[in-house]
Amino acid sequence: MTEMSASSSTPQTFVRPAMTPERAAPVPTSGALAWIRDNLFPGPASSVATILGLLLLLWVIPPLAKFLFIDAVWSAENGDACRAQEAGACWAYVRQKFSFFMYGSYPREEVWRVNLTLIAGAILTVWMLWPDARGRGGAALAFFTVYPVLAFGILTGSAPFPVGWLPSSPEGQIIWIVLVVALFAIASTLFYLNRNIGWAIAIFGFIAWSELGSWWLSLGLPLVGTHLWGGIFVSLLVATVGIVFSLPLGIVLALGRRSQMPVLRFLSVMLIEFVRGVPLITVLVMANTMLPLFVPESWSPDRLLRPLIGVALFSAVYMAEVVRGGLQSVPKGQYEGAMALGLSWSQVTRLVVLPQALVTVIPGIVNSFIALFKDTTLVAIVGIFDFLKAVDTGRLDPVWAGPKISTTGYIFAAIFYFIFCFGMSRYSMMMERRHSAGRSH
Amino acid sequence: MSDATSTGRPPPRDTRPVDWRALSVQIAIALAILWLGWHAIGNVAENMRARNIPSNFDFLFATAGFDLNQSLISYSATSTYGRAFLVGLLNTLAVAAIGIFFATIVGFAVGVARLSQNWMAAKLAAMYVEIIRNTPLLLQLFFWYTAVLAPLPGPRQSLSLPALGLRAPDPEATMAAVIAAALAGVALLAIRNQIKGSALKTAGFAISALFIILMIAAILFGPRILGFGEAAGILDISNGAYVFLNNRGLFLPFPSLGGAAIWFPVILLASAIGATGFAFWAKVQREEKGLIIPVFWINLLILVVPAALTIWAAGSSVSLDYPQLRGFNLAGGARVYPEFFALVLGLSLYTASFIAEIVRAGILSVAKGQTEAALALGLRRPAILKLVIIPQAMRVVIPPLTNQYLNLTKNSSLAVFIGFPDLVQVFVGTVLNQTGAMIQIVSITMAVYLVISLVTSLAMNAYNNKMALTER
Repeated sequence: MTEMSASSSTPQTFVRPAMTPERAAPVPTSGALAWIRDNLFPGPASSVATILGLLLLLWVIPPLAKFLFIDAVWSAENGDACRAQEAGACWAYVRQKFSFFMYGSYPREEVWRVNLTLIAGAILTVWMLWPDARGRGGAALAFFTVYPVLAFGILTGSAPFPVGWLPSSPEGQIIWIVLVVALFAIASTLFYLNRNIGWAIAIFGFIAWSELGSWWLSLGLPLVGTHLWGGIFVSLLVATVGIVFSLPLGIVLALGRRSQMPVLRFLSVMLIEFVRGVPLITVLVMANTMLPLFVPESWSPDRLLRPLIGVALFSAVYMAEVVRGGLQSVPKGQYEGAMALGLSWSQVTRLVVLPQALVTVIPGIVNSFIALFKDTTLVAIVGIFDFLKAVDTGRLDPVWAGPKISTTGYIFAAIFYFIFCFGMSRYSMMMERRHSAGRSH
Repeated sequence: MSDATSTGRPPPRDTRPVDWRALSVQIAIALAILWLGWHAIGNVAENMRARNIPSNFDFLFATAGFDLNQSLISYSATSTYGRAFLVGLLNTLAVAAIGIFFATIVGFAVGVARLSQNWMAAKLAAMYVEIIRNTPLLLQLFFWYTAVLAPLPGPRQSLSLPALGLRAPDPEATMAAVIAAALAGVALLAIRNQIKGSALKTAGFAISALFIILMIAAILFGPRILGFGEAAGILDISNGAYVFLNNRGLFLPFPSLGGAAIWFPVILLASAIGATGFAFWAKVQREEKGLIIPVFWINLLILVVPAALTIWAAGSSVSLDYPQLRGFNLAGGARVYPEFFALVLGLSLYTASFIAEIVRAGILSVAKGQTEAALALGLRRPAILKLVIIPQAMRVVIPPLTNQYLNLTKNSSLAVFIGFPDLVQVFVGTVLNQTGAMIQIVSITMAVYLVISLVTSLAMNAYNNKMALTER
């Protein structure tokens, strides 16, 4: 170029006499095509992977959609339509069996009690977990104390802790009286000292609701034995009981494991490592067969209560390990600073350490809850009729039995469990983000 | 706050007076536990007497009287309960080992795929993880067992696969082909490694492709080219199918070793030891002298050649035993029962989704600067993954990975729901029902799982201490 301009008639100027040829447009770095190139076909190996993935989707999705929607039987009186060769998922079966999946054999005319409990639980849960709601603490307190007692009363038609009732054996009577008197004493002391008013109210509420439960009996709400309970309702019940008891118990065990007192520490470590080392099934079997042996014959626990104890204990030890992680993440300076202010151990723990520790491990806690929710399916081993057991039994019904029934039932169950577990995991991720947004690092 | 005179969290122990409060709390708790335990034992004794529950371990030596369809050791209805326990224990361990093997492979692949730059691979992997992780394992087991495996056709209409390359009518040909392929592989790899240093990337790529083609060709036509008899190659799909899947299980060809049977395991073991030793030696060479030795290929030779020579020496008695349709069932070969198949499939896929997340977290835990620094040093992507990222990620990955292995082992107890005779199904299920010795049986079972957990934890702690970052 320079040579050309030098040989032209006006050598002194450096004006370009002709335009240089246009360069090709640069490869686009934005837009759909660029995205496809960068993310789907960046190189030979990656392109092969993309094509294989597409083939996989083509192989899976059309038949799945055909099975789930196009060929599905949406309404039918019995299983004849679903038994046809080309029939897909039998949603008619799910529709007809829905109340069985939901409530098991709970008397149909009493089902409002289950609905009431579930709706109340749902409202309390949402209120408690809604990030910016007012009175979340109150909702949590109600959910962990008053709600279980009340739910017990409504569902069974009897009071969980009838204060006027006494066990038949003498030692049982002593324990019972000591327990009630001690509760009263603790609550009164707390109330008198005007500290920890929340706890005082909680304990008073507990006793008051128990009384209310006894009173309920006289209202004539019919008793519904736990052998009739089943379905989604029992799955949610087991999960709720597990959650309500595993968190406090887990915190206690975690504190015990980090305690300075050797006896406490030893007991906590033993319990945690023992239960963590064995499968849930063996814990459930132990609770079912051996628990009745440990107590006097007259105390033999209810058949639903036994697995509940097992599940609560099992999830509590996992919770304890999660909480311990949180406790370890609190810097030592926090303890020392709080102690320098003259706070007692319980004040340090309650006001300084636990709030920080628990917030840090929210994801871990929620993961424990998800695991617990999935593990509720195992209570079927001791004859509890949970949701999955109901689905697995429903497919044997001769009216509906057919080749598509079990698949339909399992897909329905999978969707149910997926919604709950996925929802929980998304919630924990949201909380994690909110929490980390306030931190400067 | 003024009333808080007692400090719960004390200054260093030796300078401080006896903490009477802590002492009394501990004594009270210990006494309460002892009191409860004493009462519990009393109740247990009384209840067991009342219900006629055996209180000793004699039942272990009584005749069991029930059959088990899957057993790794000889077992019949006349065996004792103790033997039934062993069968269950071995089945549990087998399921755990096989499950761990597959879960690790699938988990690592999915974990790496989730971080892939390929959008499709990342999304598919994420979908897999979310779906599997958020549904109960028991549901998945039911699904595989009842909805997938049970409706399969009967033996006469089995789904079948031609056993690619498995038909080996001529062991000599097999051996020759494998050795030829391995030798060709080593040679080509050596050439490729020479070229890799220069800018001739394309040449390296072409040689890799050539290598793959040559391997396949060697397996297909090697014997004929080398002139070993008239064998029609070792890939022979014309004779029909050799892998069958039906509602009675998965049927696979199984090697029947004949005369070589005695020596084959010994030779394989010796080869394995030799290969391990060689790998160590090569590592020392690399670290001390900077010598790069193609360990993988030489070890392949060490493993394959003696085994192939053994088969050769044993002659024609070595063959594969194929499942064949006889009457209404398949006979011969190895049979994988549907219960076992469903259990291993369910456990592997479920645990793999957790392993994938662990692997992903492990890789993400390696600082980006590490990759960038390695790139700046001129390392290639695979080398960065192998030499920089994985060693650092493993430190983060190993402890939770062990937990997942333990979880898989404990979850194998879900076998009881689909009727696979594992420890829980045999011992806590059948034996407990027949003998009623609940305390002994539940205790033994729990002890087994505890021992497995504790041994693994101890091993892991040792490994962890070795691997942990040495900080100043």
